[in-house]
Amino acid sequence: MKVVVLGKATERSESGEFGPAEDFVAMDLFNEKLVEAGVVLAGDGLQPTSKGKRVAFDADGNTTVIDGPFAETKELVAGFSIWEVASMDEAVEWVKRSPLRDTEVELRKVLDAEDFDDSLPAEIAAAEKRIRAELAAK
Amino acid sequence: MTSATQQAIDAVWRIESARLIAGLARVVRDVGLAEDLAQDALVAALEQWPESGVPDIPGAWLMAVARRRGVDTIRRAVTLQSKVELLGRGVSDHETPMDEIEFDLHVEDDVLRLMFTACHPVLSGEARVALTLKMVAGLSTEEIARAFLVQTTTMAARITRAKRALTEAKVPFEVPVGGELANRLSFVLEAVYLVFNEGYTATAGEQWAHAELCQEAMRLGRMLAALAAGEPETHALVALMEIQASRLRARTGPDGEIVTLDKQDRAVWDRLLITHGLAALDRAEEIGGTGSYAIQAKIAACHARAPRAQDTDWVRIAALYGDLVSLTRSPIVELNRAVAVSMADGPAAGLAVTDGLLDVAALRSYHLLPSVRGDLLAKLGHSVEARAEFERAAELTSNEAERAHLLARASSS
Repeated sequence: MKVVVLGKATERSESGEFGPAEDFVAMDLFNEKLVEAGVVLAGDGLQPTSKGKRVAFDADGNTTVIDGPFAETKELVAGFSIWEVASMDEAVEWVKRSPLRDTEVELRKVLDAEDFDDSLPAEIAAAEKRIRAELAAK
Repeated sequence: MTSATQQAIDAVWRIESARLIAGLARVVRDVGLAEDLAQDALVAALEQWPESGVPDIPGAWLMAVARRRGVDTIRRAVTLQSKVELLGRGVSDHETPMDEIEFDLHVEDDVLRLMFTACHPVLSGEARVALTLKMVAGLSTEEIARAFLVQTTTMAARITRAKRALTEAKVPFEVPVGGELANRLSFVLEAVYLVFNEGYTATAGEQWAHAELCQEAMRLGRMLAALAAGEPETHALVALMEIQASRLRARTGPDGEIVTLDKQDRAVWDRLLITHGLAALDRAEEIGGTGSYAIQAKIAACHARAPRAQDTDWVRIAALYGDLVSLTRSPIVELNRAVAVSMADGPAAGLAVTDGLLDVAALRSYHLLPSVRGDLLAKLGHSVEARAEFERAAELTSNEAERAHLLARASSS
């Protein structure tokens, strides 16, 4: 299964400053271990939200563009990676081995076919198939 | 025991076992013994962690326990040996080497050594696959037995025999060098791809556990590519497996029937696996990938890059199959080339290629030859001959879903 690993922002990551070189090296070594274990599919760090945008939709679909930076630093995402693991426990065990300090990492399982089989009503599945077919025919 | 601790132990084992066994094997110079010591440590964890909790650095905990058992085992052996020797000429007890070993050095090299040892040519193909899954992927004997649809006792015996064979042959715990490397690497690549194909083709008929086997194979392939990064075929194999696996969701219909490549809904192909696979293929090509996995990956990439089936570059695929035939001299590859030629130049041209295969003994009971010929004959409007070919193909296959597919084609010809 695929798990998205969301590294949360800190005041430092939001300020756009890089941490000390040792932190960088430690993180690099950790990432190397992950690659050597065959776990990593993708991943990158993100610029601070001061360089980000939000697009808000109202009920009628009108949009408002909001410039960063955004508040609630701890809720913001500073980096992500996508791992392929056997279980959420495996992802948790890997995260525990990371050299991160004083921050939080959020793990979210990517929806896959099994997640849909039971919960997606047949008529929605059928409608999706029809719409996809119509789009493909265009 | 709480199931939460059990799951945490499973996860720790999955992460640590290869490094643990490999680190021990470097010291005791016997992967069979190393695996036994690691298993002892796992048993100790299963006994103690539910009470004590999972330690902060579980890998170090497991290593410490395994190491202690190793010292005991070696001391016993040394003591026995000393007593035997004392009878003859009086030899003093020596220090056990286990006490001074720094386990964390060269761990990654050790995992690579472990892969080469588990896939040593003194072992049968089956044994290589079993040992790789057991020692490198960290699967339990039960899991491996279930995946290959054999009894657990049968698989346990196979693994025990394989470990003994390595010990008896005094197989060194090392990565081969020089000219030997390419040859030995081919055994490792083959074992990984066998695991993948066991999952991908599901010859034995059952569906479950097979997606997991594909994932294990991809994990092993990525490990190998990271540890032997200078070898183009490691990256090529990763590319091949990932691009093929990207279609897993699209290749069976709602009733388990096979959906062929041209009819698959490409919107459900796994884009992330394709991206990762194409990047791996780029790396293989950058460092000179021209081997058989590289060619196969390039073929798979032609399909992955086509937004619709009709956009497929069949001329390039036919040429790549030509390269692969020159390299492998395999009649099965020639059959694949026939299909590609039929797509590039029409069914008659493809059929002419298959004519050259009719007398090949190795293909006499291979269901895909009549299956392909049936398809080409049907396209040419020769329905009677087409039906006979499909019926013959259905007789020859051992896969239930495939048989149903072939019989359906026979009756609609």
